[in-house]
Amino acid sequence: MSRKNKKISSSGLNLSAAQKAFVRKHVVQQRRIRIFQIIILIGFIAFWEISTHIGIVDSFIFSSPSGVIKTMIDMSQGGELFYHIGITLLETLISFAIVNIVGIFVAVILWWNHSISKVLEPYLIVLNSLPKSALAPLFIVWLGNNMKTIIVAAVSVAIFGTIITMYSNFKAVEQDKIKLIYTLGGNKKDVLFKVVLPSNIPSMISLMKVNIGLSLVGVIIGEFLAAKSGLGYLIIYGSQVFKLSWVIMSIVILCIVATGLYKILTYFEKKYSR
Amino acid sequence: MSELLRIDHISHTYHSLEGETPALLDVSFHVNDGEFLGIVGPSGCGKSTLLSLIAGLLTPSSGSIYINGKDIKSSGKNIGYMLQKDHLLDWRNTLRNVTLGMEIQHKLTDNSYAQINDLLNTYGLVTFKNSYPYELSGGMRQRAALIRTLLLEPDILLLDEPFSSLDYQTRLEVADDIWDIIRKEKKTAILITHDISEAISMSDRVIVLSDRPGTVKRIIDINLSISDRTPFVARSAPEFKDYFNLIWKELDHSEQKK
Ligand SMILES: Nc1ncnc2c1ncn2[C@@H]1O[C@H](COP(=O)(O)OP(=O)(O)OP(=O)(O)O)[C@@H](O)[C@H]1O
Ligand SMILES: [Mg+2]
Repeated sequence: MSRKNKKISSSGLNLSAAQKAFVRKHVVQQRRIRIFQIIILIGFIAFWEISTHIGIVDSFIFSSPSGVIKTMIDMSQGGELFYHIGITLLETLISFAIVNIVGIFVAVILWWNHSISKVLEPYLIVLNSLPKSALAPLFIVWLGNNMKTIIVAAVSVAIFGTIITMYSNFKAVEQDKIKLIYTLGGNKKDVLFKVVLPSNIPSMISLMKVNIGLSLVGVIIGEFLAAKSGLGYLIIYGSQVFKLSWVIMSIVILCIVATGLYKILTYFEKKYSR
Repeated sequence: MSELLRIDHISHTYHSLEGETPALLDVSFHVNDGEFLGIVGPSGCGKSTLLSLIAGLLTPSSGSIYINGKDIKSSGKNIGYMLQKDHLLDWRNTLRNVTLGMEIQHKLTDNSYAQINDLLNTYGLVTFKNSYPYELSGGMRQRAALIRTLLLEPDILLLDEPFSSLDYQTRLEVADDIWDIIRKEKKTAILITHDISEAISMSDRVIVLSDRPGTVKRIIDINLSISDRTPFVARSAPEFKDYFNLIWKELDHSEQKK
């Protein structure tokens, strides 16, 4: 499905001087933006480090960049850190897969059967507007203090929105495209596989970009309440025993994990759209 | 010419919670084998409904439709339906778009590709085989849609304002192209159009429908005294403007009734 990209490039053979100047200006501007972004980051870290050293802020409460790095090195030596990251990643990916597969499957059923969708509509809306963190304590009681609870909690965060969004996307497919399939002698199954699903691949991918973030949020909430491992556990435990370096390190790693997962999906989105 | 299609006292009414809409009322006519029939009528008079009934997408409220004397449902004849827009699927290239119908009807085999290539070649699309719809001109898209329909080897072709989305010049060219293709393949065709000139230039016979609910107002045989008829040449036939005035008056009448 990949297509040739018609990208504007500055390496063309016969570009006019004005076009070259335009492209060069664009490149310079991009570079300037990047430089400022890096300056802000370095400035912030340096300010934080220095203020803890000269005592403007209390390094016991605010930790410090060097403290965070030291914790990171200490914890990775025993492999402990990677264990916690791995657990959180695993839970996130399992929840993400369940949300997408079940969500799309249920949306297909609702699209297929108008009566079922009408009957379930009010329930879906109520469940979707409910703050899911309210359910987490219930899951702990029902399922116990384990990974099952965390995954169910994370799935509950994203699943209802996925069903509702996907179902309305399926319904929004142009009526005439559906008529086309029937004029070519097709049936409802052909409408689903030749038009409804393929035309919604871009919207599925953008929904997945939302869902990966929501799954991570759900997993962290779950780990706050019911876990003995994972980054969410490190954050809660660290704050309870006043090891703020643990907390901040976990948050920094969370940022990196979240960005990484999002980038992977953006890569697939580029690959599957023109 | 023998009779291929017979529309026998067809009526159709749409029902919704807001009320019922009678779209067609007691419509009867026939189409001969190899004939090109034009249908004109005011907007909303049930023209698309008529084609959907013939294609079997809708069941008439009353009346029957026969092909070769048999009811359409049991005739086993293939009916090709070209919609107002080409509706090529954006995510398929030209080749995969024209084979969509064959794929759905499980008629696509390795041997089909020779025939498909032939058609693409004849109608100037072979070099665009791997292009996506957004890379094609309006005329090319319309031809691709026609090939998609023709590959199913229909006995009757239904064309619902197939040129209405094209600009005027392309429209004339594509009308010539498509008319030529249909004649070459010896197909029977029913063309719906808003454009009186288009109906006269392409058809052997024109049916004028009344305002909603659509009824047959008049059936006009088109006899043009020109040789080598193409839709474009037909427009310069001496009788052309007489037919135009005749049909225009019929339509005008029904507009005034409102
Ligand atoms: N699915 C439907 N439900 C209810 N009413 C309908 C439906 N489809 C069409 N109609 C009504 O039936 C009438 C005939 O519709 P149809 O589309 O056949 O007209 P048409 O002659 O093709 O119009 P146009 O020239 O605008 O294409 C219209 O008044 C329309 O509003
Ligand atoms: Mg219509």
